Amino acid sequence: MIFSQVLAWLADSAHWRGPGGVPVRVVEHLYYTVVTVLVAAGIAVPLGLVVGHTGRGGVVLVGLANAMRALPTLGLLTFLFLLLRSQGTSTLLALIVLAVPPVLAGSYAGVQSVERDVVDAARGMGLTSAQRLWQVELPGALPLLLGGVRSATLQVVATTTVAAYIGLGGLGRLLLDGLRSGDYPQMVAGALLTALLALLLDLLLAGLARLVVPTGVRLSAAGAGESSRRRGRGPGSEGVGL
Amino acid sequence: MTPMVDDIGRYLSSPSNREKVFELLGEHVVLAVLPLLIGLVAAVPLGWAAQRVRWLRAPVLGSASVLYTVPSLALFVIMPSILGTRILDGANVVVALALYTVALLLRPVVDALDALPGHVVAAATAMGYRPARRFVAVELPMAVPVLAASVRVASASNISLVSVGAFIGIGGLGQLFTEGFQTRYLAPIVIGILLTLLLALAMDLLLVGLRRAATPWARAGLRAGARA
Repeated sequence: MIFSQVLAWLADSAHWRGPGGVPVRVVEHLYYTVVTVLVAAGIAVPLGLVVGHTGRGGVVLVGLANAMRALPTLGLLTFLFLLLRSQGTSTLLALIVLAVPPVLAGSYAGVQSVERDVVDAARGMGLTSAQRLWQVELPGALPLLLGGVRSATLQVVATTTVAAYIGLGGLGRLLLDGLRSGDYPQMVAGALLTALLALLLDLLLAGLARLVVPTGVRLSAAGAGESSRRRGRGPGSEGVGL
Repeated sequence: MTPMVDDIGRYLSSPSNREKVFELLGEHVVLAVLPLLIGLVAAVPLGWAAQRVRWLRAPVLGSASVLYTVPSLALFVIMPSILGTRILDGANVVVALALYTVALLLRPVVDALDALPGHVVAAATAMGYRPARRFVAVELPMAVPVLAASVRVASASNISLVSVGAFIGIGGLGQLFTEGFQTRYLAPIVIGILLTLLLALAMDLLLVGLRRAATPWARAGLRAGARA
């Protein structure tokens, strides 16, 4: 019964037009998500790669990432908003704090997952430290690194809904406005659209991973038996390297 | 920093505020721990079945992955239409978080069972253990180290997700965030963040302790220098 009401809500063309329409909300949602993930990756990937490469500060890094994970985003968001009084900045900062730990853990664990023998062989062939990182460790780290990016993207898509709480747009508007006005079908429609967006982005990133990960790395990961379980796909990837 | 500390002190000097904070902390613990237990109890037999029955594996693990992509607030909101509960019902949060816990733990359960050394399972079989008893007495205990790592992740994730429930009125310490936002007052927000972090830390230490207690052989191995 409720689902027919939700379908009716989704089928109503009035909900798809204008500044508060579904397409606008989806674009807003995507905008926050993409900016957040890009900035978080810009911070976390180099940091994770370098720490994994030098092997120094790994314990501190993993501990820091774990502590950051426990930070409640809603708390951080309201805290930053009252402090900075800017909806956009506080939302992006809070979401970046959410997205950094999985990417950091993924890129660090990715470098760590590259077999020591391979890195030693590269050293023996005369590759400099930077060349080893760029040509050997980075490609080898890609499966876990991208797993971290996927996991971060999922969490950001899900959590961007809280942006609506401090007055921004995105699909969270449907949820919160529906909650305030008691429009349950609208809430469920917003929830379904968010889930759908998350699923689509996840498929997109999975496809991207297939394109980017070198065939050799994929083959060795698939053929390695024991170690292939550490590749970190799906929900289990959260715990990789922690 | 000092005005912040003063603010917190002033907020907590009111007995009604203190009482509220304690109540919310208790609610937070229940809303985070109950789903963790339910999820663990559900994930173990499900993972066992998925590991033993080949054709179950892909659909079970696949649906766990899909479930994990559903945003928490969305799941909280959809729950009433599935469970028939009211929107402002704690059961929505508990069931939703239990589902996440199952989704998070299923793959590790399967992986951990996959990774059991075959000779140990064979030895147990040769000693006359039937599959069900072998699972409880041999396979499950040996899977604890891998499983414990994922339970810690699930615990941290649950504790932080509970506060999202504040949107639908059941969010434990999350209610301090909405209160602080509505009254434009930082003190309850900071108290909520600190208590959430402390709670996550305490749960993590507890889980590490439980894992150590459940795997005495791991320490015996360490002492003998078998594994660094």
